[in-house]
Amino acid sequence: MDVLEKIGDQVKSNPVVIYMKGTPQFPQCGFSMRAAAALSDCGVPFAYVNVLQDPEIYENLPRYADWPTFPQIYIDGELVGGCDITLELHASGELKEMMEQAASKAEAAGA
Amino acid sequence: MSRKERIEELLQEGFAPVHLDIVDESYMHAVPTDAESHFKLLVVSESFEGIAMVERHRLVNQLLDEEFAQGLHALTMHTWTPEEWEAKGGVPESPPCLGGSQTA
Repeated sequence: MDVLEKIGDQVKSNPVVIYMKGTPQFPQCGFSMRAAAALSDCGVPFAYVNVLQDPEIYENLPRYADWPTFPQIYIDGELVGGCDITLELHASGELKEMMEQAASKAEAAGA
Repeated sequence: MSRKERIEELLQEGFAPVHLDIVDESYMHAVPTDAESHFKLLVVSESFEGIAMVERHRLVNQLLDEEFAQGLHALTMHTWTPEEWEAKGGVPESPPCLGGSQTA
């Protein structure tokens, strides 16, 4: 599988996934830390990919979504944005709603 | 011309913002103080009206394509219409660096 297919598979098979530097427990970038904390705060499970552990994804993710920076947050297969947008959505309460909807959609599809 | 000046010129041309703040935050990160690698932007422009947030950020990123290719590493941004800017009235502080930009 080529790397863009692999990324496509990850964002489509997980209701919520964050591509970040480090992990939610041990973030290695302040922006990744804040975005992951906002997702955690919503109380809906999410997947993460540590781009520092995967040079191929690190190099190719920017062209997958035409987005040059990390972190990148995908909900229901779509790029939501980076840290700034995620924090804005969290502050307005929309993030939790979007995550819950994506999670129940995935559950319904899997049932 | 510094990167900050180039960014300012590009954003002025691209969005004709009514309010524009560009802060070089490289000093907050694990890079030389003159690296011009980390920036914070506030762009308030009528041209964002009716455009989704993710697309607004994409427009800014695309406009600064060449700067990313030449060492711009991080961009934290707020892209608001004048009405949104008025309703919010401020920009949050950026987070501290945790060193990850040196790992890969």
